[in-house]
Amino acid sequence: MDPRPFTDHSFQAFLEEGKLMGSRCLGCQAVFTPPRAHCPKCDSSAMEWERMKGRGKLVAFTCIAIGPPSMAKLGYGRENPYCTGVVELEENARVVARIQGVDTRNPGAITVGMPLQVDFLQEESDSGSRTVLAFRPLHAG
Amino acid sequence: MRKNRKLSRGVALVGAGMSRFGMFRDRDSKDLFLEAFQAMTASVDKGLDPADIDALYLGNFTNDFFVHQSHWGAILSDTLGLVPRPATRTEGACASSALAFREGVFAIASGFYDAVLVGGVEDMSKGATEVVAEGLGMAAVPYEREVGFTFPGVFGTLATAYFEKYGASRDHLMNVTIKSHDNAARNPRAQLSATLEDVMAAKIKRAESKGRPVPSWPDARSFLRDPKANPVVAWPIHLFDCCPISDGACCLLLVGEELARNFSDDPLYVAGIGQASGRGLHASEDLTTFEATRHAAREAYGMAGIAADDIGFAEVHDCFSIAELLHIEDLGFFPAGQGYKAVEEGQTRLDGSKPINTSGGLKCKGHPVGATGAAQLFEVWTQLRGEAGERQVPGHPRLGAAHNLGGTGGTSTVTILERR
Repeated sequence: MDPRPFTDHSFQAFLEEGKLMGSRCLGCQAVFTPPRAHCPKCDSSAMEWERMKGRGKLVAFTCIAIGPPSMAKLGYGRENPYCTGVVELEENARVVARIQGVDTRNPGAITVGMPLQVDFLQEESDSGSRTVLAFRPLHAG
Repeated sequence: MRKNRKLSRGVALVGAGMSRFGMFRDRDSKDLFLEAFQAMTASVDKGLDPADIDALYLGNFTNDFFVHQSHWGAILSDTLGLVPRPATRTEGACASSALAFREGVFAIASGFYDAVLVGGVEDMSKGATEVVAEGLGMAAVPYEREVGFTFPGVFGTLATAYFEKYGASRDHLMNVTIKSHDNAARNPRAQLSATLEDVMAAKIKRAESKGRPVPSWPDARSFLRDPKANPVVAWPIHLFDCCPISDGACCLLLVGEELARNFSDDPLYVAGIGQASGRGLHASEDLTTFEATRHAAREAYGMAGIAADDIGFAEVHDCFSIAELLHIEDLGFFPAGQGYKAVEEGQTRLDGSKPINTSGGLKCKGHPVGATGAAQLFEVWTQLRGEAGERQVPGHPRLGAAHNLGGTGGTSTVTILERR
C-alpha cells in the first residue's frame, strides 16, 4: 500500500513515474482519478490507491487552435492545433487528458467512443519538464 | 435540499444602468463603473439621493490578473463618493455580479439595510488575447488547465458531447449566432450591434478600400462556414461562436419592497433566486447538462412558485453558442435534446414563444465577465418595464429570468424578476 497522501501532488508524482493512479473509496468502492481524499458519494475518508489499467474511450473532445501562451511556446497554434478531451476509463472514472495520435487538422474524423490507451507525455514548461496525462488511439503505434 | 426558500422581507429593483461595453484603451474600471452608476441614477424615476445608499456589493472576477489591481469594492466606493459606507467584492468567475446581487438581496431581506448598490465591473482589454484567455482559464478546474484546456476548448468539448448524444451539428450553433446578431442590431448598447449581413458588408467594404481581394458570401450561413471569415478557435467552436473581449460595468439599486414606490413608478420585484455549485468536466456524468443550473433553476422557480413555462423571456449565459443550447434545456424551457430544434424553429427569437437573449446575449452585447450577471438583469429590467424599443418582447411579460454561469459550470445562478 503506497503511503502517499491522496493529493494532486501525489497524482502528478505518479504521472512522472508513468502511472495513472486513482483513489478507491473503501466505503462505497467508487474510484476517483485524480484522487480524492474524501468521498463525495458516501462521505468516507478511507481510501486506497489503485493503479488504472489505462484503457478507456473518448467521451468528448476539442481541437484547440488558440491556446494559452504556454502551449504557443510549444509550437501549437492555428496551423498546429492540439486535442484535449474527456476519457472514460474501464474503471468507470473519467479524466481530462491530452489526446495524441489524432489528426487535429481534421477533427471531423475524430470519433467519440474511440478506444484509447494511456500515454505519458513529456512536455517543457516554464518550470521545467513535466509529465502531462495523455491518451492515444488503442493499438495505433 | 430545502425547497421553496423565502425572503423574510421583499426586495425591489428600482434603478439599473450600464456603461457602454467595448474595448476601451483609455478607460478603466473607475470610469466604467461611474458611467454605470450615473446611468442607474438617471433611471430612478423619483430620483436618488446618494445619502440613501447603505452599502455596495460589487462583482469582479479578476481585474487582479487583467490590470494587476485588486480591492475594487473600496476603490469604487470612493469613486462614487460613498466612503465610508461599506463595500464588499464577490467573486464567482463569470457569475461574480449575480453573486453580488444575491448578497444585496440578503442584506435588504434581513432588514440590515434599506438600499444597496449591486453591480459589477471588468477591465479585460488591456492585455493580449492570449493573456485574456489565460486569465479566464483560471476559473476552469485545475486538471483542465494542466492538460491545456481553454474556455473555448471546454465548450467545444461540451459541443461534441451534445452533437453525439442528440445529433445536432455546427449548423445548429450557427442558428444561435445568427439570432444573437439579429437581436444585438436592435440594441444600441451592444458591443457588436450589427447583424451578420452588416458584418459581411463591412468586411467587403474594407477589402475594397484596401485594394484586397473582395470576398463574397451568398448569405450569413456561408459566411459562417468560410474558415477565413470565421476561423476555428477550439473545434467545433469558431470565432463567431464566441463572445468578444469586453470592458464594462453595470450598476443596480435594490431597496426594501415597502420602500419601492418612494423611488420608482414602475419597480420590479425579486420573485426568485437560485444558486448552486457544480463540478469539472471529469467529474460530470453527463456533459450535455450543467447540474448546477438545474439546481439553481429549481430553487428559483420553487421560491417564485412558478414553472419554467411561466417565464416570458430570459437572458442566459451564452459565452459560447453551444452554451445557449445547454442552458435553455437546463432551465426547463425545452426538453433535453430539443433545444437545438427549438432554436432552429425560431422559438427563441424575439417573436418566438420564448425569446432568449433579447439583448444580443454575451455574444453580442459583450461579456465584461464581472459585470455580466448584473447586465443580464439590466436587460430584464429594460424588457419588463417596456423600455426595450425595437427589441421589446411582445405581450407585456410579467416575469423575466437571468441565468449566469461561472467557470466551467462551477457556479450557476438563476434570478427571476417580476412586474406587479
